[in-house]
Amino acid sequence: MSKTKLKIENLYKIFGPRGKSFIDSVKNGMSKQELLDNHSHVLGLNDINLDIPEQRIQVIMGLSGSGKSTLIRHINRLIEPTAGAITVDDEDILSMSQLQLREFRRKKTSMVFQKFALLPHKTVAQNVAYGLTIQGEQESIAKEKSHKWIESVGLSGFEERYPAQLSGGMQQRVGLARALATDAPILLMDEAFSALDPLIRTDMQNILLELQKDLHKTIIFITHDLDEALRIGDNIAILRDGKIIQKGDPQQIIMKPADDYISDFIKDINRGKVIEVKSIMQKGSSEGASLDSSCSLEDALKVLNNEKNKECSVVDDKGKKIGKVTLDAAIGALFREKASKNKEKYK
Amino acid sequence: MDWLAEFPSLGKRDLRDLKKGIDGSFREWSRSNGDAIEAFFDPLYFFLVWLEKLLIATPWPIILIIVAGLAYIGSRSWKLALGSVVSFMLIGYFGMWKDMMATISLISVSTLICIAVGIPIGILMSRYDRVQSAITPILDLMQTIPIFVYLLPVVMLLGIGRVPGLIAVCVYAIPPIIRLTNLGIRLVDKEILEAADAFGSSYRQKLFSVQIPLALPNIFAGVNQTIMMALAMVVIASMIGVKGLGMPVLQAVQNQYLTLGLMNGLAIVALAIIFDRVSQRYGQRLQAHRYGKEHE
Repeated sequence: MSKTKLKIENLYKIFGPRGKSFIDSVKNGMSKQELLDNHSHVLGLNDINLDIPEQRIQVIMGLSGSGKSTLIRHINRLIEPTAGAITVDDEDILSMSQLQLREFRRKKTSMVFQKFALLPHKTVAQNVAYGLTIQGEQESIAKEKSHKWIESVGLSGFEERYPAQLSGGMQQRVGLARALATDAPILLMDEAFSALDPLIRTDMQNILLELQKDLHKTIIFITHDLDEALRIGDNIAILRDGKIIQKGDPQQIIMKPADDYISDFIKDINRGKVIEVKSIMQKGSSEGASLDSSCSLEDALKVLNNEKNKECSVVDDKGKKIGKVTLDAAIGALFREKASKNKEKYK
Repeated sequence: MDWLAEFPSLGKRDLRDLKKGIDGSFREWSRSNGDAIEAFFDPLYFFLVWLEKLLIATPWPIILIIVAGLAYIGSRSWKLALGSVVSFMLIGYFGMWKDMMATISLISVSTLICIAVGIPIGILMSRYDRVQSAITPILDLMQTIPIFVYLLPVVMLLGIGRVPGLIAVCVYAIPPIIRLTNLGIRLVDKEILEAADAFGSSYRQKLFSVQIPLALPNIFAGVNQTIMMALAMVVIASMIGVKGLGMPVLQAVQNQYLTLGLMNGLAIVALAIIFDRVSQRYGQRLQAHRYGKEHE
């Protein structure tokens, strides 16, 4: 487990002119609906606790209105919390002065937006260099750096175009390059790929994952798309009505959904592709072929079926045997036992 | 039941005393401070006179070349540039060259003053809601109060002549540029501002690299409106001694000189059309990026 980069503790956000005065009642269990009906204040975030590890991709997932965009805006204080604490590298964000905050935003974080939010009157090159320009970076250095990032997102030759001349996918590449150009260790991505059509979205995910292999940034990625979350997230936190209802790695969330809401959420995913053999691994070892621990069920089933004993051993990325997996377990994992039981409860 | 038929009023004598009192004290105040205020506006007066003399002294071919150049730079249209030159030649041919130069110098100076004063006020209004709610009613007042009502105290203070005329023109013409600067900045996309914030822009950086550039089309529409309103004031300003195309119109009205009035009136219209088209085209080109067109 890597070091915690960003720590969010007991974070509350109540929207409305007198948000602070309701904080105690909310802490004592007043519900979102009650607060809205009786006091016309909106509970945006409710007791958020999250440790975000360094150099990993933390996905925050939820449907619209769940508070995910509110949460990400607390990290660079585009929104001020009502109560709670946020620390980055053991530095308290909330006690920063305006000047310190500006410096923090310039050097430590950068952000990619759902609707791109490019500067329409500036060229691609000027947009990418924006973060550097406002830091007072020399023009030649800013130009050189932005050129490098434009190249790395595959937009060479478009430097002198204006955003309106580019397609949505290309605009978001500019957004990504602009965020990467400042070399900030924390990258905040607010539904960055949600406005793009599916093929382009997959493209962008690939670009991000490819870049992340070299960059090792701490990425906080907001999405409402489960496939996207499972694909790129090292960790996922699921948000509902401003509360985190489950956090863990993708395997944990699929194998052990915390409640009906989440099992309902994951019911349509392709389990054969998403579940990895390490999630259904048993103790012991087997004579059969070796499977990589991150091998998907789909691939594992083929191998298992060809084995005489219908079982394989599982090895970690260094080739060491760490357990075994049986065909029965693999088939069993394809079905959602728990979810179907929950269905009964639903009615 | 008499008291129902007649509205209770202050009474003739009290009312007369009240008016007299205010008139008297204002007159006294203007007598004692008039010179100081006039001295304050002296630089403006000298600049105005200097510009007017410069325009009149400049040989007419040079003026025509400058006009063609400015019209082309502003609109990037040969037709407009040619049209402007032809209009200027016609106006000159009918003996209104000097008056036209006087009017142009008045319009230029008043537009410059309106821009220099109006844009900063507009920026302040866009930044602070309080400033906005304080200034909006003043602008409403400036735009609706009958011109003669504020002409009077200006004349009492500064006498008749170019400077009071200029002030009257500015009071009338400045509201659009203030309003549209404020509006333009407030209309800038919130998400773009959020992005600017997220990258750590200071207020100044945000203002000059994001808000003003994106508000420019609106600000320019304000400049255009200001020029138009300044031109509309030319005739009224001539009532307090401002020279230019307005003066003959006024004479024509007083003496029923139909042709004189028509000629000078049409000259004002021609100037208005030229200023309007050129500045509008320029404003449109400022937002070329919105339509994905190539920039120059």
